Order: sequence, then structure tokens, then C-alpha cells
Amino acid sequence: MEDDAPVIYGLEFQARALTPQTAETDAIRFLVGTQSLKYDNQVHVIDFDDENNIISKTVLLHQAGEIWHISASPADRGVLATCYSQAADSKVVTCAAVWRMPAELEPGGQESPEDAASPAHALELLCLLEPAARGSTACVTWEPAGDGKRVVSLADSHILLWDLEGSSSQATLASSASLEGKGQLKFTTGRWSPHHNCSQVATANDTAIRGWDTRTMSQIYCIESAHGQLVRDLDFNPNKQYYLASCGDDCKVKFWDTRNVAEPVKTLEEHSHWVWNVRYNHSHDQLVLTGSSDSRVILSNMVSISSEPFGHLVDDDDLSDQEERRLEEKSQEPPQDSVIATYEEHEDSVYAVDWSSADPWLFASLSYDGRLVINRVPRALKYHILL
Amino acid sequence: MAAAAAAPGPGSGPGDSPEGPEAEAPERRRKAHGMLKLYYSLSEGEAAGRPSGPDPLDPTDLNGAHFDPEVYLDKLRRECPLAQLMDSETDMVRQIRALDSDMQTLVYENYNKFISATDTIRKMKNDFRKMEDEMDRLATNMAVITDFSARISATLQDRHERITKLAGVHALLRKLQFLFELPSRLTKCVELGAYGQAVRYQGRARAVLQQYQHLPSFRAIQDDCQVITARLAQQLRQRFREGGSGAPEQAECVELLLALGEPAEELCEEFLAHARGRLEEELRSLEAELGPSPPAPDVLEFTDHGGSGFVGGLCQVAAAYQELFAAQGPAGAEKLAAFARELGSRYFALVERRLAQEQGSGDNSLLVRALDRFHRRLRAPGALLAAAGLAEAATEIVERVARERLGHHLQGLQAAFLGSLTDVRQALAAPRIAGKEGPGLAELLANVASSILSHIKASLASVHLFTAKEVSFSNKPYFRGEFCSQGVRESLIVGFIRSMCQTAQSFCDSPGEKGGATPPALLLLLSRLCLDYETATISYILTLTDEQFLVQDQSPVTPVSTLCAEARETARRLLTHYVKVQGLVISQMLRKSVETRDWLSTLEPRNVRAVMKRVVEDTTAIDVQVGLLYEEGVRKAQSSDSSKRTFSVYSSSRQQGRYAPSYTPSAPMDTNLLSNIQKLFSERIDVFSPVEFNKVSVLTGIIKISLKTLLECVRLRTFGRFGLQQVQVDCHFLQLYLWRFVADEELVHLLLDEVVASAALRCPDPVPMEPSVVEVICERG
Repeated sequence: MEDDAPVIYGLEFQARALTPQTAETDAIRFLVGTQSLKYDNQVHVIDFDDENNIISKTVLLHQAGEIWHISASPADRGVLATCYSQAADSKVVTCAAVWRMPAELEPGGQESPEDAASPAHALELLCLLEPAARGSTACVTWEPAGDGKRVVSLADSHILLWDLEGSSSQATLASSASLEGKGQLKFTTGRWSPHHNCSQVATANDTAIRGWDTRTMSQIYCIESAHGQLVRDLDFNPNKQYYLASCGDDCKVKFWDTRNVAEPVKTLEEHSHWVWNVRYNHSHDQLVLTGSSDSRVILSNMVSISSEPFGHLVDDDDLSDQEERRLEEKSQEPPQDSVIATYEEHEDSVYAVDWSSADPWLFASLSYDGRLVINRVPRALKYHILL
Repeated sequence: MAAAAAAPGPGSGPGDSPEGPEAEAPERRRKAHGMLKLYYSLSEGEAAGRPSGPDPLDPTDLNGAHFDPEVYLDKLRRECPLAQLMDSETDMVRQIRALDSDMQTLVYENYNKFISATDTIRKMKNDFRKMEDEMDRLATNMAVITDFSARISATLQDRHERITKLAGVHALLRKLQFLFELPSRLTKCVELGAYGQAVRYQGRARAVLQQYQHLPSFRAIQDDCQVITARLAQQLRQRFREGGSGAPEQAECVELLLALGEPAEELCEEFLAHARGRLEEELRSLEAELGPSPPAPDVLEFTDHGGSGFVGGLCQVAAAYQELFAAQGPAGAEKLAAFARELGSRYFALVERRLAQEQGSGDNSLLVRALDRFHRRLRAPGALLAAAGLAEAATEIVERVARERLGHHLQGLQAAFLGSLTDVRQALAAPRIAGKEGPGLAELLANVASSILSHIKASLASVHLFTAKEVSFSNKPYFRGEFCSQGVRESLIVGFIRSMCQTAQSFCDSPGEKGGATPPALLLLLSRLCLDYETATISYILTLTDEQFLVQDQSPVTPVSTLCAEARETARRLLTHYVKVQGLVISQMLRKSVETRDWLSTLEPRNVRAVMKRVVEDTTAIDVQVGLLYEEGVRKAQSSDSSKRTFSVYSSSRQQGRYAPSYTPSAPMDTNLLSNIQKLFSERIDVFSPVEFNKVSVLTGIIKISLKTLLECVRLRTFGRFGLQQVQVDCHFLQLYLWRFVADEELVHLLLDEVVASAALRCPDPVPMEPSVVEVICERG
């Protein structure tokens, strides 16, 4: 079985921010935010036609500043949030805002790609997520299962919960909490858990990971020195509610059970430099994607700690005896955690990887030099998981 | 033919040969022999070995038995021409002459022998005649003697018979007298305590009394005897039961009782019961020696007591029993075996308890000697009582103790290793407080290595006692085979090396939180230690072991190569970890320096930042540290150039060509394009890549990690014009000083270029500093 070759798309600018269009479940679409200090920054909406292996893009102007982080609303395809930096009075401030894409784009790439030649549309600002004197915003994360009304932003040492009202045009601060401790504590990243009725958010600052209850805005757990160095990213297992993956500057990816944070459940050490991103596959949580500044993307198969430790579970009633026996044989094989593939198409540090929200077998990775690579899970593995 | 007539000879016969007149002497002699043989009807072909014997019946064959001269002559005459006839004639004449002379010599040679033989025969004839006469005389004399002897025996016949009868009567009377005296004698014997004598008398008389008991007088004697015998038996039993008199006397009692016809079954039960009592006494005294809280005698003394007391007693009992109750057959032997097994197992339990107390002590020689005594002592009863399996059990105990000793030594070695590591830690920590120069790492390494080696040797030597020739159990199959290979080699030596590797590895397994406590120098030292083990020490130790313990066992052992591979892997991991730790230290410095500074509003650079100097200083320190233990390693050839030249290359052409486009307003595309093209031609830099065992590789690793960190940190910041210039200055400074440490200075170029290029990208107003100014600043710094 030949695997499809990766599809590569080049941006003109440096880029760090990548997200799938979360609310879109039919088309494979990624949003990429660029970083340029001298030119107007852009959000590239990248559509991938799976059948023809063709990429089409739409460029939206993001004139506010260079984009450090981008996240799409889980409910409204047209809405996204960015963290961007602005230079003002010889000071660089990172702000966060919610934007709306121009309406004609929303149906999803009906416009022909040739249209890109025409002057680019600009994003329409819905609201700023910036209270006074709260410093730089590192990250914005949406409530995963909600109606796109609630976001959490992390600004320096504060965690802020916002309610968006009036079709996201107005943001009010619902509640907030802040880190207390010695020195200047700064959140680096955060992630909203899809479990527990979306009441938990995990954040990272320096080497620690903390869990917060959004109802009371209080800390529920804390993994001190989760990594030897800075923690760069987090992700929740979409199917197992207590499982959390983290990665950091010690080149490791760790898997935690938040009920017992003394020791990681599992540790991977495949990368040779800082790991910037870790992502669980949305449907098959044994597939874990990591991107690192050693310019590699690694796809791992963490069967032993996934929700499907013994392969795909099928209802017994549907099986004839023979099939059952086959299944038993299959389940007797011990689950093996392994690296499925290492993708080396990038030539610069990879700062973002993510799965497509529409096709669970497809993912994109973005390196600093603006190269976006779309890859698929190897077919053999895909069929192994499905069958 | 005239010639033939002129050569007459006594033996000239039909043996004339027409051939080989010029044949050599042996040839001729053979022919003569052949003719003699022919005469004695031996086939000539066989005797002379002539290959093509012609038909023996051929009358024309000169040498044949059936030679007919007429036929031959006829044939010659008919077949041959004249010349050939003449030839054969002369030929024949010559042959005949030769034969004649041969014959003559033979006769002369043998003539004397014939004469002397004839003389001898004549003399013999005379002698025989004389002898015949004497023989006749002897025969007549003999006849006379026979006659006389017959007459004498006839005369004495009568008297002889009478004497025989009288002798018979005398014997009978003596027996009778003995019988009549028997009761009194028995009584006397019993009174005197001469039981043996009494029993012997009784035994002699019993059968006779039994036979003649129908006669009243004998009856009375028998009754008397029985009474006395009963008393005797009683007394014997009494003595037997009192028991105090020791095993040999008891055995005597039992022997006498048996002779008196007491039931053997009962006796052997009783005998064993007594023996048990005595032996249990011994065991109790041994147990007392064990004591609850012993000022116990040393183990040697203990086994001596056990050996002489219990084992000796057991031996006596067994020997006596087998002698006494041999008639009992297998059932009796079984009883004894069970008895020995039971008591033996209790004895073993005691010994094991005592040996267990010995486990902690370090003195192997005493223990081995004790074990030796123990084992040697048990060989005697072992031989006597094969069924009780005492020897086997003893061997088992010895083996178990040996195994435990091995474990003990392994622990000792591990403890010694950890101890020497603690020493190293202290040595590393101490001088830092004193503020002096640290002790030579090489010296510390040598100390550790030699102390471990001497510990290993000491362990080997003390374990070697178990296999010494003079030790009685050393020739058991376990000690010849398994003990040497599986025990000493595998579990002790290989086990220790493995555990050493594991201990060392555990230093790099423990991540940041605990591993931070491990001083990097220790990691470096351990790595070198493991590497030394890989290259030499392991094979040395194993050879030493194999030599001392001539391993005869065929069971598979861990090959040297596997161990070496493990050690190498450990060394590699330790070194990699060292690189990571040191890289992290420098990375943290660089990172702090980038993250905490406000790059937008910084002033125009006047100096190299202090942190960069610190980085260079630390790197130099690391270089010195690594240089103490590791070899220099290989650099790329170009690095032999002076720093001046590389510097100029860097600052002029490279620098201009490199990030010039990034601040020309052409397009950002160009930057990408250029940097991509540049990347095409340079290899991917594996930041945390495995290191090799040399200084340059280690330093390269550390510098790579540090510079990559710098790059990533720079990319996260935004720089003002002077910020960029400061980065430029800093990078140039690093370039000036770091190239000498790495294997491929191109690498430092690349990474630093990328840092400056990234900083330029992250700068909204990129105006680089004049290279000459940069140079001046750096040189001043």
C-alpha cells in the first residue's frame, strides 16, 4: 500500500500559529497566522482537497500585528481568536482578540483560488480580550463543546474567563484567577478539557502544569516540575477524561493521569530538541502527534494508554464465532507503543502541528520558515485501527 | 658334451640349469636350494618365488622333476640351428662346471660336522648300555622294600585300632566332665563378670544338652544351665540399659545377648533408642553453643565439636549396628538409615543456623575451613550409610553456603562501588569550598578504578578458597562446574559489572529533579570509568576469573563482548547526559540573558555582554574538565587556521551575503529563499545527537545545545536596532572564542549566523553594525 506523498504549501512569511477550523467538519481546512514585523500579517485559510491532493488558499489580512497564537471557535466557522503582538512606544505588547472572517468565505472555499490575486479581505474585529494592565496574552482557548460563547485567555500570571455576547461582539470578564508565588510567573500555554462538562482548564507555567476549575476559578491539581525545563504545550485525551499529554524543552513528551500526578504514566523521548506541540487525534487517541524544533514531526502510537488498548472494540453480538476467535487472537497480542513515523519535510523548527477536524487521518504541521506540510496517517495503520 | 664328462661330481644330478651362467652367487645359491627343496618335494615356484613356473610335467624343463634328457636333446636338435646348439652346449658345460664346484664346496663345508655327529652318537650308545644295567638293579631292590613294608603294617594293625578307640573315649570323657562342671563354671564366670567367657561356654554346651536332654543327669545340668543363663541375660540387659558405659561396651553387651539367642528385633530397637539418647545429648550441647545471644565459639570450633561429638557418635553407632545386626537384612539397614536421617537432619539444621550467623562476617578462610571439616567429617557416616543421604545433604549445605557467600560478596562489591562514588562526590565538593583548584579528575578516576579492582580481586581470592585443592568438597561436581561458571563468573563478576553499569545509568535516568544533585564531573568520571571497563578492564577481570577458576562447565556464559557493549552503552549514556546537563547550564544562562532584557529600548552596544564572557569561561572550564579524562578527538582540517582568519571570513563575506537581504526592502521572500538555499547545502544539525568518546565531540554537543537555545530564544523576542547590534556583537564574540572547542567550526558559524539572521528578522528596523566596529568591540572585550 503506497502512502500518499505529503502535500507542501509555502507561506511567504515566518509563521508559528496553526489551528484546524474546529467548527468545520466537512472540509479539511486549516488556519495559519503569520509573523512579520515589516509587513501586514495575514491569516491564511488553507483548504485541502483530499481527493485531488490540491491546496487552495484564501488570504485574510490581520493588520493588528504578528500572530503568536490562533484558535478557532468550536461553534461558529467564521469566528477565530488570535494572540498578536503590537509594538507600541518601544514596547511590545501581546493582545488577544476575536475576529470574524468575511462572510463570503464562510460557506467554505466556494470562491476559486484564482481570487487570491484580488486584494485580500481583512478580518473583521469582533472584540478585544484585553482588560487594562493585564500584560501579554499568551494563549486563548475556547470552550470545546460549548456554543462558542466562552473563552479563556492567559495573560502573564492571570487566567481570565470571558463570556462572549451579541454574537461574539462583546466580551465580558466572567471571572479570573492569578498565580501567586515568588518571581514573575507567566503562563506559557493552556488547554480547555472537553471532559467534566467542560469545567476544567489546564495551564502551564515554567515547569509546572496546573488544573483549574472554571466554576470556582480555583486550582484543582498541580504537577510541579512536570518537565525538566519549560513546558511548551498540553493536550487532553479526548476519550479518557483524566489523561493529559505535555511536552517541553527537555525533549520529552509525558502522559499524565491527573488523579495521580506524582509520576507520569509514560514518557517519550524521541525528539532531539524542544518539543513545541503535542496533539491527540480527536477520534483515535492512541495517535499522538508531536512537533519539535529539531525540524521533525513524529507520529506515535500509544496503544497501551489509549482508550482502545486492544484494538477496535466491536460488539460481541455482531460477530460470528469465527470472528470472535480472531478477535481474541488479536487481543492477545500485547499492545506495543511505538513511533509510527517521523516526518522530515521541514527544514526549520516546527512550532505547530494539529489534526484536521474533518478527517481524523490527516494532519498539518507548520515550521518557522512558513512551510505547511499536510500528511496522512499511514494506510496500513489506519486499516489496522479500523478493522 | 665332453665338458660335461670332464666335470664329474658326486652330487651332479638332473639339476643342471641351462640358464643364468653368469648369474650372481646368491642367484646360484638360491638355485641350489631350489633343487634341494625339489628333492624334498616342495614346489619350486613356491620356494624360490619364481614368477612364471613352467609346467612341472614338461619333460623339456631342465629344472623340472620330470626332465627327460632324451626328449630335451631331441627337442634341441630338432628345433635349433647349429650355432645355437653350439651355444647351448658351451653354456651347459659352463653351468655344469659351476654346479660341480658348488657341490664340492658344500661337501667340504659340512664334512667336519658329519664326523663329530657320528662320534657323539657312538658315545651315547655306550652310556645307555651302562644305565640299563643299573636300572635293572634298582627294580629288584624296590620289590624287596615293598615286601618288608607290607609285613610290618600287618603286624601293627591290631594295636593301632585299640589306640584310636582309647583316644575317642578320652575325648568323650573330657566333654562329659566339661558338662558336669558347666553350671559351676558359669556361676563363677557370672560372679567374676566374665560374661564373654560364660556366653562362650553356654554356646558350646547348648547343642549337646539339647540332644541328650532325655537322660536325667543331663537334664539336671541343662536346667541348671538355663537358670544361670537366664540370670546372665538379665545381668547383661541390666548393664545394657544402664547405658552409661559408652558405645563400644554396649555393643559388646548386645553381641553377647545376641549370642544368648535373645530376639534381635527387640535388641536393635533398644540399641537405637540408647544411641539416640546419647546423640541427642550431643545435639543439645551443640544447640547450647548456638545460644540465644551467643558469645558463641567461632564457627570452626563449632563444627569441630559437632564433628567429633555427634558425627563421631553416629559413626560408632552405625558401625556397631551394622556389625551386630548384619543378619537383619534390608529391614534393619532401613531402620538405621531412617534413624541416621532423622538425627542427621536435626544436626544439619543446627549447623545451618550456626552458618547463617556467619553470613555477615568477612572472614572466608575460617568459614571455608569450618565447612571443610564439616564436610570431611560427614564422609565417614556417608560411606557407611549411603541410604541416609548424609553426604549429599552435607554437600548441599556447603553449596548453599557457598552461594550465599557469593551473594554476600556481590553486595560487598556493590557497597564498595557506591562507597567510592561517595568518596568521589566528597572530593569533588570539598575543594570548591576551599576555593582551590579541584583534585585531578584523572587521579580520582584512577583511585576509583583501582579500589574497585582491588575489591574484586579480594573477593575473587576469598571465594577461591572454596575451590582450593585441599578442601574436601572442592572436587564435587558443583564446585568444579557450576560454582565456577554460574556462581563466580556469572553471578559475582558479571553481576557486579552489570550492577555497576546500572548504578551509573541511574544517574542519568533520574531527570532534572533528582539528577541535578549529581555533579557533572561525577558523570564524566563514571563515563570514563565505564569506557575504560569496556576497553580493558572487563576482559582483564574475566580473564583473571577464568584463570583462577578453571571453568569446566559447559553451560553458556555471558561473553565478554556483551558486557563490553553494555559498558560502552552506559558510558555513552553518561556522556550524553553530561553533555545535556552542561548544555542546560549554559543554555539557562543564555536564555535568561535573552528573556530578561528589553531588546527594543536597549542602548547602542559598547561592550560584549558579561553573560557571553561567562559562557566562554564556563565552556573553557568544561573543556579543561573533559580534557582531563578524554582524548582530544578529531577536528575538521580547516580548524587549524588561526582565529583571525576565520573571523575575517565570518565578518566580511559571510555576514554581508547573509543577512543583507533581510533589511533591503526587496521582499521577505528573499530571506526565505536564501536561508532555504543555504539550508539545502548544510546538513541538518541534530542538536541532542549522540556524542563520541572524545573531548571535541563532547564540547561540540554542549555548544550545539547552547547555541540552539540562543536561536530559539532570539526568535521569541522582538529587537530594536541596537538590540540587533548587541546580538551581533555577542555572536561575534562567541564566534571568536567557541570555534576552537568544536569538531567542525562550520557548525558554530552556521548556528551563530542563524541567530543573527533570526534577530535581524525579528527586528523592525534592522541596521547592522559595521563589522569593523564589531571587531573592535569584541577585541576590547
